[in-house]
Parts: sequence; C-alpha cells; structure tokens
Amino acid sequence: MTSSALAEPQRHLEAQVRWRPLEIAFWLATLAPFVLAPGYLVLASQIAVTALFALSLDLILGYAGIVSLGHAAYFGFGSYTAGLVAKWGWGEPLSGLAIAGAAAGLLGYLTSVMIARFRHLALIMITLGLGLLLAEAANSASWLTGGADGLQGVRMWKLFGTFQFDLYGTTAYGYSLAGLFLLFLVARRLINSPFGLALRGIRENAVRMPAIGARSAAHIRKIYTIAAVMAGIAGALLAQTTETVSLETLSFQRSADVLVMLILGGAGRLYGGIVGAIIYMVARDQFSGINPQYWYFWIGTLLVVVVIFLPNGVLGGVARLVALRRGRA
Amino acid sequence: MIASAFGVVFDGFAYGMLLFLLSVGLSVTLGMMNFVNLAHCSFAMLGGYVTVTLTNAFGWPFLATLPLAFVSAALASVVLERVLYRRLYRATDLDQCLLTIGIVFVSVAVAAYIYGTIQQPVRLPSYLRGSVSIMGRGFGAYRLFLIGMSLAVTIVLIVALEYTRLGAQVRAAVDNQRMARGLGIDVDRVFAVTFALGSGLAGLGGALAIEIVGLDHAFAFTYLVYVLIVVAVGGLGSIGGSFVAASLLGVTDMAGKYYFPELGAFLIYLVMVTLLMWRPVGLFGRR
Repeated sequence: MTSSALAEPQRHLEAQVRWRPLEIAFWLATLAPFVLAPGYLVLASQIAVTALFALSLDLILGYAGIVSLGHAAYFGFGSYTAGLVAKWGWGEPLSGLAIAGAAAGLLGYLTSVMIARFRHLALIMITLGLGLLLAEAANSASWLTGGADGLQGVRMWKLFGTFQFDLYGTTAYGYSLAGLFLLFLVARRLINSPFGLALRGIRENAVRMPAIGARSAAHIRKIYTIAAVMAGIAGALLAQTTETVSLETLSFQRSADVLVMLILGGAGRLYGGIVGAIIYMVARDQFSGINPQYWYFWIGTLLVVVVIFLPNGVLGGVARLVALRRGRA
Repeated sequence: MIASAFGVVFDGFAYGMLLFLLSVGLSVTLGMMNFVNLAHCSFAMLGGYVTVTLTNAFGWPFLATLPLAFVSAALASVVLERVLYRRLYRATDLDQCLLTIGIVFVSVAVAAYIYGTIQQPVRLPSYLRGSVSIMGRGFGAYRLFLIGMSLAVTIVLIVALEYTRLGAQVRAAVDNQRMARGLGIDVDRVFAVTFALGSGLAGLGGALAIEIVGLDHAFAFTYLVYVLIVVAVGGLGSIGGSFVAASLLGVTDMAGKYYFPELGAFLIYLVMVTLLMWRPVGLFGRR
C-alpha cells in the first residue's frame, strides 16, 4: 500500500474495485471449455465447485488470518443438506442451493462464536476437532446420510424447468460456473470494502485491532459465517451436479486438499484459490492413471517447495516477477 | 461387569501410554519453539517400519530392534531439522503446518511405495504374548510391558528434566525463550537436541504401537490427530500434562469403542473440543 493510499483510503478502495483487463479475460476464458473441451465439462464443473470452496477458505484464511483444518465441515454440511432436500422430494436446484447455504451459514454462525475466541494451536485444534466431529456424526447417522455408501436417491429437477443435468456436464458446468462467478462478485465486493480492510487488519495484528476500536470478534464471526455459506453452496453445487453425496465431502482429506490448493495459488488474493484449484484438479486428473499414493508424494514435495521458495503461492511468485521486471525497466 | 470395566480401564491405560510415548516429544518441542510439527508421527512411522524390517527380514529379536527404532527416528529428525525446519522457526503457524503436512504426504507415499498399503505384521517373542495372571486377573503381557516401558520413560524424562543441566536449559527455554537466550543459553542447540530426543521417543512409540494398533502407510496421518489432541489437551511443554491427557484419551477412546461402538471416534473429539473450550491452553498449559 502506498502512502497516498493511506491518506485516502476511499480512493484506494475505489481503485481496487475497478475491473482490470486481465480479470475480464480470465472470466471470458472460463467459458472456453464449452467450445474447446466439451469432453471435460464434468471435470470443469468440479473445478468450479472446488474453486468456490477454496475462495470461501481464502476469505477466512487469506484475509482474516484464521487457519482452519476443518473447513470441509461446511462444504459437507451444505452438500448433505442439498442432497437430503432433493431426496425428500424437493428437487428444484436454486432453492435447494439457498436452503443449503442457509443451513451451512447457521452452522458457521454457531461455530464462529467459538472460533472468534481462539488463536494459534488451540484454533487449529478446534477447527480440526469440529470437522472430525461432524464427519464422525455423519458416519454414525447412517440412517440419515447413508453412511459409507453415500447418500443415494438424489433426483434433481430441470434447472429453470428446461436444462436437464446430464452425463456430459453441460448444464452442470454452466450452473457451477455461474454460482462461482456470482459468489466471486460478492467476495470481491466484500474484500474491497472497509470491512475487508478491517479483516486484513486482524490478519496483520490481532492485538492492535481491538486497541484501535475495531470489533474484531464481531468481524471474525461475520466473515466466518459468510465463508461457511459459500462453502455450503459449493458443497450443494457438488451434490446437485453429481446427484450423490459421499462421506468424503466432510473428510479431513478434503479440508487439507483445499488448504493445499489455496496455498499453491496464493492466499490473500481473490484469484489464488481459483488458480490453485485449476492447477491441482487438472494435475490430479492427468496423473490419475498413476497410483494415487504417488500423487501425494508430488503434492507433498510441491508443498515443501512452495513454502520454502514461493511463500505467497504461484500468484505471489508471478506478482514478484512482474514487480522485478518493472523495477528493472 | 466390574471385571470388564476394569479390563477396559487397563487396556485404555495401556493405549494411553502408547499415545504418551508418541506425543511427549511434540509437546516439549512445541512448547519451546512454537513450531507446529505435524510430521511428528512420520518419525513414529519410521520407527515402526525399522522394527518391522529388522524383525521380519533380518530375524532380529523384537526387543533388540527398539533402540534402533529410536536412533533412526532421531537421526532422520536431525537431518530434517537441519535442512528444512530451521528455515521456518520464525515463520507463521500456517507455513509451518503446510511444510510439515507436505512432509507427511511424502512419508506416506514413500511408505506405500516401499511396503505397500497392507498392515505390517510383527513377530513378538513368546514371553510378550498371551497373558499374565496377577491376583486372579489376567493381564495382557504385551500391555503390561508397554505400561512398564512408558512409566520407565516417564520417570527418566522427569528426572532428566529436573536434575540435569540440559533439563534445566529445556525448562528455561520453554518458560521464556527470549530470556533464556538473554542468559546465554544456546536455545537453537537445546531445541535441536530436544527435537531429536522427542522424535526418537516417537520412533520408539511407533515400534511399540504395531502390536496394539497395527502399522500401515497411513499411520502418520491416522495418529497425527490423536497426538495433536494429547498435546493440545495436556498443554504445551508439559510432560505431566501429556501423561494425564494421554491416559484420559486412551481410557475414553477404549471405553467409547467398548460401550458405544456405534459412536466411533465421536466421543474423543467431543471430549477434546469441550476441554479446549473450557481451557484453551490445555489442562496444564500456562500460555
């Protein structure tokens, strides 16, 4: 942040809100799979869902500095809610999405009261514990969730009464992408607001913010709830487009994967989670012929390398290269 | 009913002692450097595989492999500490978490590559098999051995921490790292030694764990959660706290599996979250 930005925070925020050509190009490029790779639309749809999930984690981790090892709890909760609503006879996608988002948001608000009280190791353990607790609960309540077999019998109605969710994933990708884009707009607006600045303040110095009169705990509760809603909607999108829900949506593995994606792309940058999700999911799809055990060898190595050499992820590395080049020119 | 309750407590306590061995090193190093080392159980897994390899492929007696499990885990931790960990002592929790989770991923993949994804068997000497009858009750011989071993380790640890020079330096560094540095204690060196000893103990725990909980390539992940629970509930840097937390967790988990098998691990997560809400720094933690 330059000194002029400090003098005029409003102008700084306004400058951030403006759309850059690269951003517009990026979102136009997300439409390309419809034409260029129609065989990969199912994968593209899952990438959009995962990117939305990573974006929701970015809001709390990248901006408010809350390290969570249990974010899959909200993803899975939204997923099961959407799945159950459809299973019980209400297969309308959009309202199902809203119900799932609201349910995950409620869970997020209830847990955010605890989250706001802790930091450091206790926080990591509480998020991990809550995630595991919910996963175990879903596993035990197999009469409701189908247990290890997954939730069967989810039937979605046509989207807007016209578009059928099919095997080729055309509707699925359009639907997930629209969801991702709309919620991205919400996140972008939030981050470039005074509220977003307050969140960054909490990340940078959690002790100082209350000292200058910011209501840190309330801010954390608010952003945590919002992130939970987004994660819940991501989970619901997955449930609706695949018409099944598995226990894996709640697993620690999913929490860890999304963290890896976000760090890979670059936390604290709106596009970090999206770029990370694209790289991770495409790489995993390409390597899926190989034993998944070896996939984790490379992911582990990649994590070590990113932490040691690229502290701000791929996007951070790119930004540093650009800055270097500008400095030299 | 009373007899079976007694058996559950005994088995749970033995299991808790195992968790104590696995986690005590992490508790002390976390308390000293605030370094979140999620790869702690990878060292335990290494110890386990050393024992499996030596007993099955080279025909070593089980007991003779235990010191080697300790030493190999300690050596591996020294190498990693020198090469990777040292760079991140002043980094954020998140970076430390990510680096060490990366190491867990790699170790799990390497274990799967070398040993496959099946459970590894271990051959115990005959005197550790079966059960011993004391005062009319049968006790599993291996569990008695495990409890004895852990109690011995605990006593050695507490004595070493109270009465040796290194122990005094460790206590000073855990209490106040900056002050200890100011007094001329080489905290980095003390930390490296403690880290190696703690990882060695994890290696020993990993070797002893095979008979009780089995050993497969995912060990580093499965037991990470348990170890973290012990550390977080017991309080950082507290040996006594780890001991109490591990016993509590062991007995709760065993009782849960015995009396409410349909709940699975739900009970211990619930106990952990509740305890942490009540005391965020753990039962015996001060910070």
